[in-house]
Formats: sequence, C-alpha cells, structure tokens
Amino acid sequence: MELAALWYLVIGFSVIAYSVLDGFDLGVGALHLFARTDEQRRVFLNAIGPVWDGNEVWIVIVMGGVFAGFPNAYATVFSGFYTLLMFLIAGLMFRASAIEFRSKRESLTWRYFWDTVFSFASLLVAFVMGLILGNMVEGVPLNESQDYIGTFSDLLGPYSVIIGLTTCALFAMHGAIYLTMKTEGEAQEVVRKWINKAIAVFIFWYLVATVATLIYMPHMTERMIQEPYLFLCPLFALIAIFSIPYQVRRGNHGWAFVSSCISIALLLTLFGLGTYPTLVASTIHPEANSITIYNAASSEKTLRILLLVVAIGIPLVFAYGVWVYRIFRGKVKLEKSSY
Amino acid sequence: MDVLFLSRIQFALNTCFHYLYPPISIGLGLLLVIMEGMYLKTRDLKYKEMTHFWIKIFALTFALGVATGLVQTFAFGTNWARYSRFVGDVFGSALAAEGIFAFFLEAGFLGILLFGWDRVGPKLHYFSTICVCLGAHFSAVWIVVANSWMQTPAGFHIVHTPLGPRAEITQFWEMVFNPSSLNRLCHVLLGCWLTGAFFVISVAAYYLLRQRHQPIARPMMYIGLSFAMISLVLQLISGDSSARLVSKYQPAKLAALEGLYQTIPATPISVIGWVDAKAEKVHSLKIPGALSFMTYRDLSTPVPGLDKVPRDEWPNVPLTFQTYHIMVSLWVVMFLIALFGFYHWGRKTLEKKRWLLWIMVFSVLLPHIAQQCGWICAEVGRQPWIVYKVLRTSEGVSTSISSQQVFGSITMFLVVYLLLFALFLFLLDRKIKHGPEEIRSQEDDRLYRDVLKEGRF
Repeated sequence: MELAALWYLVIGFSVIAYSVLDGFDLGVGALHLFARTDEQRRVFLNAIGPVWDGNEVWIVIVMGGVFAGFPNAYATVFSGFYTLLMFLIAGLMFRASAIEFRSKRESLTWRYFWDTVFSFASLLVAFVMGLILGNMVEGVPLNESQDYIGTFSDLLGPYSVIIGLTTCALFAMHGAIYLTMKTEGEAQEVVRKWINKAIAVFIFWYLVATVATLIYMPHMTERMIQEPYLFLCPLFALIAIFSIPYQVRRGNHGWAFVSSCISIALLLTLFGLGTYPTLVASTIHPEANSITIYNAASSEKTLRILLLVVAIGIPLVFAYGVWVYRIFRGKVKLEKSSY
Repeated sequence: MDVLFLSRIQFALNTCFHYLYPPISIGLGLLLVIMEGMYLKTRDLKYKEMTHFWIKIFALTFALGVATGLVQTFAFGTNWARYSRFVGDVFGSALAAEGIFAFFLEAGFLGILLFGWDRVGPKLHYFSTICVCLGAHFSAVWIVVANSWMQTPAGFHIVHTPLGPRAEITQFWEMVFNPSSLNRLCHVLLGCWLTGAFFVISVAAYYLLRQRHQPIARPMMYIGLSFAMISLVLQLISGDSSARLVSKYQPAKLAALEGLYQTIPATPISVIGWVDAKAEKVHSLKIPGALSFMTYRDLSTPVPGLDKVPRDEWPNVPLTFQTYHIMVSLWVVMFLIALFGFYHWGRKTLEKKRWLLWIMVFSVLLPHIAQQCGWICAEVGRQPWIVYKVLRTSEGVSTSISSQQVFGSITMFLVVYLLLFALFLFLLDRKIKHGPEEIRSQEDDRLYRDVLKEGRF
C-alpha cells in the first residue's frame, strides 16, 4: 500500500476518534441548557470533566497530521475557510474557558452566563465541523495553484448547512446517551426524557442528509456502485443507528453508546469512501485543481517518519486513554475537586 | 494595511498571549514534582497542602494554555498557507510528534492530578505528576525544535513541485538537532523554570507580608528561591552560549541585538541606550571590546556589523536592540532579588524586610517580561526571513485571505484574549487570596493514610 494512503487512514482514524470522543462532550455541551438546576448542570459537566481536554487533543492530532502529511491540503483549507475557522477557534476557546470558569464562583448569574456560553460554543463547534465536512463533499472553487477563490458565503450552501445541522443532532444524541451511562437517580431521569427526542431529531436530519447526498452528490455513491460489497457500510450504519432506540428502550445504555460510536465511525467511513482519494474537491476544473492525497502528500521520507511516530505514539495514547477512562469509570459523584 | 503586516501582528499577538501560560505550566510542573516529592519523603502535610494549592493554579494555567495553544495549530495554515506548503514536510513531523507525545501526556494525566487524589494511590498520583511535568517539557521540545529549524535550517533540501518549491527532509535527526535546537531549548526551559520559581516566590512573599499561612509560605519561599537561584546561574551560561550561537549562524541578528551599524574593532556591548534608526547610530553606555570577547574570547577581533549585510536583509534594529537589552537587564534584577532573598533568609530577617517582600510580590512579572522580550528579539531579529536565508516572510503569507478578514480576526482575538486575561487574573487572585486549604486531620486524608499503610517512601 502506498504511504500516502496509509497516512490517509491514520488521519481518518484520528477524525473518527475525535468525533466519537469529543462528539459526546460537545453533545453534552449542546444539551447543557436543558438541565434546569445548578446541581444537575454540575453533574453533567463533571461527567465530561476529567476527559474533555484529553478528547480535544485528537483535533490537534488531526490538524498536525494533515499539516505534516498533506501540507497542501492544510494550507488550502485553513487559508480558504478562514472566517469559518475563526468561528471554530472562538467556539473552542469560549467552550474551554466556560468549562473552567463556570463553577469558580457561587453566583448564579455568573454560572448561567457561562452555561449559556458553554452550550452555544459547543453547538457552534459541532456546526462548523459539519459545515467543513459538507463543503469537502460538495467541493469548493480552487484555482490552478490550489488556492481557495470563493467567499465566506460560498461555504454556507444548503447542503453544507444540512450536514452541519446533522452533526449537531448526532453529537447531541451521542452526548445524551453518554450522560445516561454516567448518571444515576434524578439526574438520569432527566436525561432519559431527552434521549428519545434527541434520537428522533437525529434520525430526521440523518434521512434529510442521506436523501440530499443521493440526489445532489452522486459522486459520493460512485465507488459503491462499482464495488457493491461496499454497500455493507451504509447498511451497517443503518443497523447501528436504528439499534440505538432499541437498546435505550431495553435500558442497555452501554450498548446504546457503543451503537452510537459505531454509527459515527461508519458515517465518517462513508464520507471517506465517497471522497477518497480526493481531500478537497475543486468545483473549477476538478480534474486539475482538486487536492488529492497524491498531489498534497509530503515526501516519502517524511511519511515514513510520521508513520513511525504514530506506530509508537498511538498505542501509548490508547493505553493511557483507556487507563484514564477506567479510573473515572462509573457514575459521576460531585466531589470537592469537581468543576 | 496589508495582509502581510496584519498577519504578522496577529501571529505576534497570538504567540505573545499564548506564551503567558506555558512557561507557568512548565515551571510549576517541575515545582509540583519537587513539592509532592517532599511530601512523600517527609510525610509532612504542609507539603501536601502546598501541592494541592499549586495543582489548582497549574490547572487554571494549563486550561488557558490549551485554549490559546489550539489557536497556534490553526495559525500556520490560516495566515501562512504558502509557508505551510513550503515547510510542511519538515515542520510537520515535529509538530505531529508534539501532538502525540507531549500534549497527550500532559492533558491525559492532568485529569488524575486534579480529580484523582481519592481514586489512585499516592505513588500513582506522583507518577501522574511526573508525567504531567514531562509532558509540559516535551511540548516545549518539539515547538522549539521547529522554531530553531527556522533560525538555523538543517537536514533538508529544496524540491521543485508543480505548486512551487518546498523543503523536504533529508536527515530527520539533523533537522531535530539543528545547530541551535539544544541551546535554545535549554534557554527556553530555564526561562520557564524562572517563571515558576518567581511565581512561587511572589505568592510566598504575599503570604508572609499578610502574615497568613506562614508554615506553608516559608518552605514555599525556600523552594522558590533555591529553584530561582539554580535556574538563574544556569541561564547565565545558556545566555552566553546562545549569544555565541547567534554570532556564528545569524550575524545580522547579532548586529541588530547590539545595534552595530558599523563593523569596528574591539566591538563594544551596549549596557543601556537608544537607537537612532534614521541616523543609523546608537547612543549608549558601552563596554569596549566586550562583544568581541563574548563572541571570539578575545578583546580586539571585530564583530561584523550591519554594513556587512545587504540592506534588504536588515531586521528592525531598534525593536531588536531594546527587547534584547530589557531581557538581559531583567536577568540582573532577578539575580539581585534572589541574592538579597537568600541573604536575608540565611540571617532569618527576610520577614522583617517588607520592602524586599513587596519587590518579590511583583517579581512574578519579571520572567514574563524577559521571555516576551526574548522571543520578540529572536523572531524580529530573524526578519525579513521566516526560514533563515531560505524563505522570506513575505513569501510565506496566505494569498486567499483579505486584510478585512485578518483585521476581523485580530479584533476577535483581542476581545477574547482581554476577556480571558481578565478572568485569569481574577480567578488567580481569588485562589491566592483564598490560600492553601489546611488539611487538619490526618484521618480524613486518604492519601496520607495510604502512605502510612504502605509504610514506604
């Protein structure tokens, strides 16, 4: 296998890890304002308390990975999606500070202010991530030196907005399932009420996004039509998604969470199957101007070093990730050191 | 104003603001290892109270470091797309290593540091503290390697691609250990240690002045002073060898640091002064021959001045000169504070010298100012190059962004940063005023019980 393709897999894996992990804490953020009392909010916040910044590190890995392995793609996307990324940065920064600051004072006004910031910032981050993904499916105008020549509003096309909203709904559902798993008693009752609504909202947007993709983005299914066994991927995704409400009804919150993780992973795999080997499609002269893993890749030597770093690093990261999660397993209890 | 200028302003703003926090994390990280180690060794609860207290401050700082550091990973691509294309092959591997090894180590174990007191044993907790400290130090390693490569590029060759030339790695380790890496890394880390040390000194001095928490403040002061003194001495050695390195690899920068417009024998060092850039003259108090001595270890050999450098390769002389001199003078001030501190500590008169304690309270600012100045003179002194003698800064800026966009984002960053900084100071002030929490009874202290049970350490 070519090195560039291997690196694409590594980045794909990191994107999935990021979405699965930060997905639930963004989702918890999106749902935050639905919790009515300060204590519930603290319980929910502390459910992600020890892990959210570890989760967020995956996005740094993704960006570092793209920068190192596909510098052209990094340069084009980051300079081209400038304003969008500034919103993303603002969202991430406000979110981090809100988590850190909200419980530092007793004042309820202070706390409600940061709660609002936390919730909207989480939604903003999820939405912008979806927008970026949507634009990468749809393609953007690139010139012959692979620079973006569109405007900010070009990035807000209807298809991308649909994907953005679907991402928000997906993460909210994912977060709700995570919370039922991590809470008990009264707090769990509260989340249980949200969970079916969250699933319904997600399935609605999922169907809208699927129909829109089938109708307007025929290139996303080309590969599957050529190699029909790939249809197993959307099939499994469908099974995973529809097993979530089933597991929830049976009270198997752990399995529901697993299904939700698998759904996210498979949906992103579908994205990869549809776009590979293109990283950023160009709407102008797609053949020549699109950024692919071939014309964007670093030298073989660098890719080899990167793969070595990853081969040592990812198992380590995984091992201590699992360890941290094990230490903080079980239901959330508010302690003196809690947020 | 053009995109290039605004992008430089934005990058400087992001970096300067970001760099308020990592030095605290790195310095405090090591101090936490010392403090918790003292606790495990002596089983004296005051060290545990101390560790508790500083972990909270560490966490606050770390959160801000992450939030502002995240911006940096975007900044290369957003405003410096052509630079990213050019250096991605070289720069990327260092950055990826940072992301994987350093950041994870730090962020992953911080959770245990903060929330894990009652969930893991004391040994494991101490292990986590060490990991957090290592993670903080590693993160400095990779970013300084990347930056040093921009100062003294090595281990690469230029390859022409359809999208233009780019640098590709030929020797990974030559790139990592480029001529200035190790030296600059030491200089940076020592700066961070000084930041941690003076932070601890400042808080301890505040408590001694207010006559609160003295049983904790006294050992804190001693730890801070010792750590500061060691770092200061080492920094002197590191500073000297940094300067010699600059003279060898970046003569234009050295000339700008000392404001040498003309090459003259027995080149002097300016102690203090100002630069008249129009007249190309420096009015200053000079020590003749000192720069020659520092560079060549002899008093007469002339050090090349800016007249030996093509005019379009001159950095901004007044800015480089002043920031450099502020950095060096602040070392002297810090050294005097540490010296006086030790003198009065030894004579047990420190707590009566209120003037000295007051100076110590404000001394927390000194390492910060020195480091900001140090980075400014290192980066501005490299101009007009973004990668020294390889790529000009003007050739690195993005082409697909407009000055309005950059202006907008600068405004956004300014608002966010001011808000964050105000909150940081506010919360820090509260934490410090609140002070370390006393752990009165050893019975309700699980960590302590575990230590007793195990009977080790």
